[in-house]
Amino acid sequence: MIAVIDYGVGNLFSLTSSLKMIGAKSIVTSDPNEIKKADKIILPGVGAFGDAIKKLRDLSLDKVIIEEAKNGKPIMGICLGMQLLFEKSYEYGEHNGLGLLKGSVVPMQGVIPSELKIPHIGWNSLNIKKEHPIFKYIKENDYVYFVHSYFATNCEDSLLSTTEYGATLTASVALDNVTGCQFHPEKSGDIGLSILRAFDEWEVAR
Amino acid sequence: MITKRIIPCLDVKDGRVVKGVNFLGLADVSSPVKLAKFYSECGADELVFYDITASAEGRALFTDILTEVASTIFIPLTVGGGINTVEDFDRVLKCGADKVSVNSGAIKNPSLISQAAQKYGNQCVVISADIKRVDGEFKVFAKGGRENTGMEAISWIKKCVANGAGEVVVNSIDTDGVKRGFDIEMLKAVREAVNVPVIASGGAGCIDDFTKLFKEIPDMDAGLAASIFHFGEVQISDLKKELAKNGITVRL
Repeated sequence: MIAVIDYGVGNLFSLTSSLKMIGAKSIVTSDPNEIKKADKIILPGVGAFGDAIKKLRDLSLDKVIIEEAKNGKPIMGICLGMQLLFEKSYEYGEHNGLGLLKGSVVPMQGVIPSELKIPHIGWNSLNIKKEHPIFKYIKENDYVYFVHSYFATNCEDSLLSTTEYGATLTASVALDNVTGCQFHPEKSGDIGLSILRAFDEWEVAR
Repeated sequence: MITKRIIPCLDVKDGRVVKGVNFLGLADVSSPVKLAKFYSECGADELVFYDITASAEGRALFTDILTEVASTIFIPLTVGGGINTVEDFDRVLKCGADKVSVNSGAIKNPSLISQAAQKYGNQCVVISADIKRVDGEFKVFAKGGRENTGMEAISWIKKCVANGAGEVVVNSIDTDGVKRGFDIEMLKAVREAVNVPVIASGGAGCIDDFTKLFKEIPDMDAGLAASIFHFGEVQISDLKKELAKNGITVRL
């Protein structure tokens, strides 16, 4: 059972539909007990970092996620959900994240050439830096769908893949049981579904 | 490298795809769900669903269909047609749409874009403009291209982007249906005026028209078409192979 964390950030329709499609059992929940009972956790999210981390804290879900991660439960953050796994974000000010991964989230503005459009929206290719069970079906240069204006940096120890958009941007990360995708697997066609399937199939030694 | 996007547009009325669908190998040619699945398998990068229904029953049917499409096809979906209020945004986003395209709704109520962008983010709001040359000037048309609003198109689009539209669809009425290629001049003018993705629409008749579009306007983001895909005159897989051969980055 995968617990998809519902904290009022973004639309979960496509994510839950794609999990259903691959035959994964999932529950959309904000109940700490359900999250503790689940085998795996997906932390979704779109919107602003500051609002999202506040909502997690208001629901006391930050502690639950950190505790479950430390217990070795597989976690996947998606898009803003991935960014929340890091120590800090500099989106409209400075915010502390969950701190499960080393690194911080910074704006693309000023890093990528000014003629490139922000947000980075569309299909872009993956450059794989490290093999990982969630990428077991993925090949170098496979295309996935991105929508974001901020990206994770200084995260060498967890960096799994990157993408090129005027600069080399973090596309996915993993360290032990904690993983994340900046792109949207639930909007990336068969490639995206295969990442979710691999996450569902992944057995972490605990 | 980020890719150029190829986007088929499906006009849906009373639950069926209209604008002539004539596919070989598809039993139910006007089923939006089947057609969407077919396009997704052929390599479409995104799908646009346009609700051209007028009745409330038709509208309910449209959202049912959208829900079914979004439950089975996992690529970005844009929905347009009959979007006049923030509640309309909510209605289609709940059914699995990723982006919502506004046209006449924004002309009637210019604050719609800013309200929706604040609530759902700029990436969710698409301004779709039907543009026609009148006395040598680009003018915005409303009501499916039937009514001249008198507004100058480039300044209208700039205003929409400033209000929070994260993407622009430019439909040239002058080239639409003629199948002699996209309206390069008009598209260039829009492309130079805004710094958000621009989607070209209207006029594609063959594969070369797309090649020409991306060669002549290298920072154009996407090409949209309806009937040439529906009639099988252009297969998306062939189109993308040809674009790749011409050095244009596409998802194969």
